[in-house]
Amino acid sequence: MIPLSWYLILSAGLFSIGLFGVLARKNAVAILMGVELMLNAVNVNLVAFWRYRTPEMIAGQAFAIIVFAVAAAEVAVGLALIISIYRRRNTVVADEIDMLKL
Amino acid sequence: MSALQVIFILIAATTLGAAIMVVTARNLVHAALWLVVSLFGVAVVFALLNASFLAVAQVVIYIGAIAILMIFAIMLTRRVASEAGSQVNPNWMWAVIVAGALFAGLVWTLAGWPGFATPLSEMSSRADPLRDLGMALVSPNAYVLPFEVASVLLLAAMIGAIMVAWERK
Repeated sequence: MIPLSWYLILSAGLFSIGLFGVLARKNAVAILMGVELMLNAVNVNLVAFWRYRTPEMIAGQAFAIIVFAVAAAEVAVGLALIISIYRRRNTVVADEIDMLKL
Repeated sequence: MSALQVIFILIAATTLGAAIMVVTARNLVHAALWLVVSLFGVAVVFALLNASFLAVAQVVIYIGAIAILMIFAIMLTRRVASEAGSQVNPNWMWAVIVAGALFAGLVWTLAGWPGFATPLSEMSSRADPLRDLGMALVSPNAYVLPFEVASVLLLAAMIGAIMVAWERK
């Protein structure tokens, strides 16, 4: 039998790896991938808490589905922005996207 | 150690290893493929947690839609995808420190929480999480409003994505 702690540690590890990806990667698409990993870690947490703490209530799973929807919306808009910027600036490196600094 | 624990450790190691490859792979297409592996590991974790619908939704939405969309975006913004040279910031050591500190802090905080080692409670045999979830998502007493708001959000995001990526002549 698997204790709850294992899921929480898995989720914390996944979240930290995603955070590293967001902070360290140059490419904007890679940064989005890090965000995806972080959202997945949150989902693992939600479902693990649902299963171990309140299996009679369905709130954990319902919340995880809302997170799915938000993640899909975030990726669609984020990739559209990246493609739009790539057309204008011919780069997807986050450091070089600095039009607001001028 | 039971068979279930061995399976969990294998799945967790695969998921975390693939996640590390996602953030370190030099070739972005490889990173996206490792992302698929990692997302699949999370789907198996959902299955281990009796969340069958989420396991299927994870495969369909994350792997079927999001990961494929990522690969398309990488291909459309080629030239930089397999670019030689470093794929990480010059100050990536700080990112390692921040991520490591966050992981240590999370584990330390959780270890002090009395519910950390909660044992698995038996699902009552008549409980059907899938049916409960379906009812909850359309029941006015439960989550029909967040559900509808999520659908409006998806529609808005779809229109917004088309508008943003539209190539004006």
